[in-house]
Amino acid sequence: MERTMNFIFKYGALLVIGFVIIFFSLWDEHFFTYNNISDILRSISIVTFIAIGVTFSLTVDGFDLSVGSTVSLTTVGVATIMVWYEMPLVVVLTVPLLIGALIGLLNAFLIVKVRIPDLLATLAVMYIISGVQRTYTKGYSIYDNMQMSDGSTAPGVFTDSFLQIGQGKWLGIPIPVILMVIAVVLVHLFFKYTRYGRQMQMTGGNEEAARLSGVRVKRIRTAAYVISGIFAAIGGILFAARTGTGQIDAGAPMLMEAVAAVFVGYSVLGAGRPNVIGTFFGSVLIGVLLNGMTMMHVPYYTNDIIKGGVLVLALAVTFIHLARRKA
Amino acid sequence: MNGIVKSFSGVPALKSVDFDIRGGEVHALLGANGAGKSTLIKILSGAYSSDGGTIAIDGKPAAIRTPSDAKAHGIHCVYQEVDTVIVPQMTVAENIMLDRIASSSGSPWVRWGQIEEEAASILGRLKADIPVRKQASLLSLAEKQLVVIARLLAENAKFVVLDEPTAPLSLEEAERLFRVIDQLKRDGIGMVFISHRLPEVFRISDRITVMRDGEKVMTSAAAGTSADEVVASMLGRAFVEEFPKEEAQIGKVVLHVDRVNQGRHVRDVSMDARSGEIVAVVGLVGAGKTELSRALFGADNRSGGTVSVNGKKVSQGDPAAAINAGLVLVPEERRKQGILVGETVMRNLSLPFLKSISKLGFISGTREADTSDALIARLGVKTSSRHERTAHLSGGNQQKVSIGKWLPTNADVYLFDEPTKGVDIGAKSDIFRIIGELAKSGKAVVYLTCEFSEAIGIADRILVMCDGQIVKSFDRGEATQEELLLHASGGRGERA
Repeated sequence: MERTMNFIFKYGALLVIGFVIIFFSLWDEHFFTYNNISDILRSISIVTFIAIGVTFSLTVDGFDLSVGSTVSLTTVGVATIMVWYEMPLVVVLTVPLLIGALIGLLNAFLIVKVRIPDLLATLAVMYIISGVQRTYTKGYSIYDNMQMSDGSTAPGVFTDSFLQIGQGKWLGIPIPVILMVIAVVLVHLFFKYTRYGRQMQMTGGNEEAARLSGVRVKRIRTAAYVISGIFAAIGGILFAARTGTGQIDAGAPMLMEAVAAVFVGYSVLGAGRPNVIGTFFGSVLIGVLLNGMTMMHVPYYTNDIIKGGVLVLALAVTFIHLARRKA
Repeated sequence: MNGIVKSFSGVPALKSVDFDIRGGEVHALLGANGAGKSTLIKILSGAYSSDGGTIAIDGKPAAIRTPSDAKAHGIHCVYQEVDTVIVPQMTVAENIMLDRIASSSGSPWVRWGQIEEEAASILGRLKADIPVRKQASLLSLAEKQLVVIARLLAENAKFVVLDEPTAPLSLEEAERLFRVIDQLKRDGIGMVFISHRLPEVFRISDRITVMRDGEKVMTSAAAGTSADEVVASMLGRAFVEEFPKEEAQIGKVVLHVDRVNQGRHVRDVSMDARSGEIVAVVGLVGAGKTELSRALFGADNRSGGTVSVNGKKVSQGDPAAAINAGLVLVPEERRKQGILVGETVMRNLSLPFLKSISKLGFISGTREADTSDALIARLGVKTSSRHERTAHLSGGNQQKVSIGKWLPTNADVYLFDEPTKGVDIGAKSDIFRIIGELAKSGKAVVYLTCEFSEAIGIADRILVMCDGQIVKSFDRGEATQEELLLHASGGRGERA
């Protein structure tokens, strides 16, 4: 019993991913093709970036619910910078990253300084950011030469160089997938080999013990929220680049997927803590499931049931394991 | 209570203890830490069940297995942390009559007029001037205590256990509590009174029982007993454990503490520690030792005073700054504050000195492994490897990790808060060896403990702490355990 439980915890997530892939491959011959696999990876790249942000906040034993609306705000942000103001690419890319960092700072201020519990603070910020996004766009999605409310036409369009980020390929591999792999590897190295990554993990493990060991825990926690905001902003940029529009509320559904991915990641290879490799496999699982269900003509409006189910399952495995480890 | 026996995982805590309470008397229960006082009263109040022995009330055997059994027999406890039993957002009257309001029997309607009237009459009996409609969260600690006592009366208590009720109180507040206790006595209620403060024990007790190592060693009338007799029986035979002390060269002052305050727990503490010197701060539980160590280290904000290391002031509220200044703390709460139990031995050890083994933010894996292995060997940590999670180590080995992580930081001052608590004898001698080596290499050591024999064994100087103040200082060889205990319990201070 003990050994089976450990086995399930260690390899369960990977087995489920393998099983799901085999199942869909047998169901539909188009599933396991280069094009479809590359499609799946491209579709999960955005969620993976957001989930990396969530990995950071969970690592310091915090939580960031505002990542979804940060995606929404930065998506319409980049769109308007191009369509309304025709700014150069540098501005298009730096402004959203700054916005993400600022949202992270706001979260950190509320949580670390004002000491509001993380879930509540970021819940409030989530609504504020979402409202800012709608107010800013007056509730309209942004597209090339859109009709403005005063009857005129917006001067700018999504530039080709920007669209390349989301739609281009390099050696036949979609650029967002390449970016995602680079990010996952870099963040993995960060947590495994750098002092700051280690200090984040220790802060999350036991804040008081870390503080008494000389870790400046407030700074570390602040950094984690800022990084979380920045990764969400990258997600927003990628989303705008992939769709070529600034869709309103684009990030709202991604919060769930990102959180589910991170918690699936807890149990990948028995890590028992947030880890970026696990997070990657978590988003693979969700991507594969959604892609396969679409192929099976399961209606899209059931997606939330699938995502919620995966999250509950991942949480159950994680918390059962944690409870057993404590006992 | 007759022949009460209790052991915890094979270790005997009570060895056939007899204890009795008469109606209308105050029976003081004394003993050093770990003597078995709390175990005994927890059995009486149903929090623990005994392994053997009987409890009888008015000559009739009473089966007490749960706290509600005890309450049904009229036995109630007032623990030190009264806040845990007060509902802060309810009024005084509601708190006093809580049992009535919460009970499932009787009328489903709450009659507020009657509740407030009864509460007021009980408070009147105690001569406690507390408005019954006041919200409980606005009360002082002493007033909350009175509310808890009033609640016991509302529930018709016959026996009351008072577990160190005066520890958090000021002198005047304590005096008011004693008048309440006198009133309860006149009402025929029998009380067990637990306290570390001898003067007040003699002030209000009728009889005194002393426990030691799970046995009752003395019961006698308070009137015919002296404080010295009580102290002698608390300590028993001289502690034979030997702690060989290493000779160290004592040099210049490294740690200078000037009138440090921390709320009401630490009051105007000034002290020095020299290089090579081991200064012990002894005191009973609740004297403020832990608060002092945390205030010095900057784990909590000081409400006044300065701490300097090597002549430089250490900024407060920031352990990282203290560590940079060369001041480190081995905290009492080992598993919560000293180490991260979910992490490996290596990651625990390297945490304070990651910077020195990193380049451009990247930790050198080999240097981390080598330093950890060297520390594990030097400290004698018993672990399968440096990758073992510290949760799997024994208490003593966890403590070695909690100490060892500081060694590579080249700190000049080491604060140890109860480092031998819950540590087996082998690890204990290892810890004393490490402390001896630290002193020999010129470090200043401040050793905070409630184990007087340890302080006498290893310290060059012993400071006695009582109620947040340093009340006495002894040089090596001057102090006996009796004297330390007497001063620590306020027996020779201004409290007497």
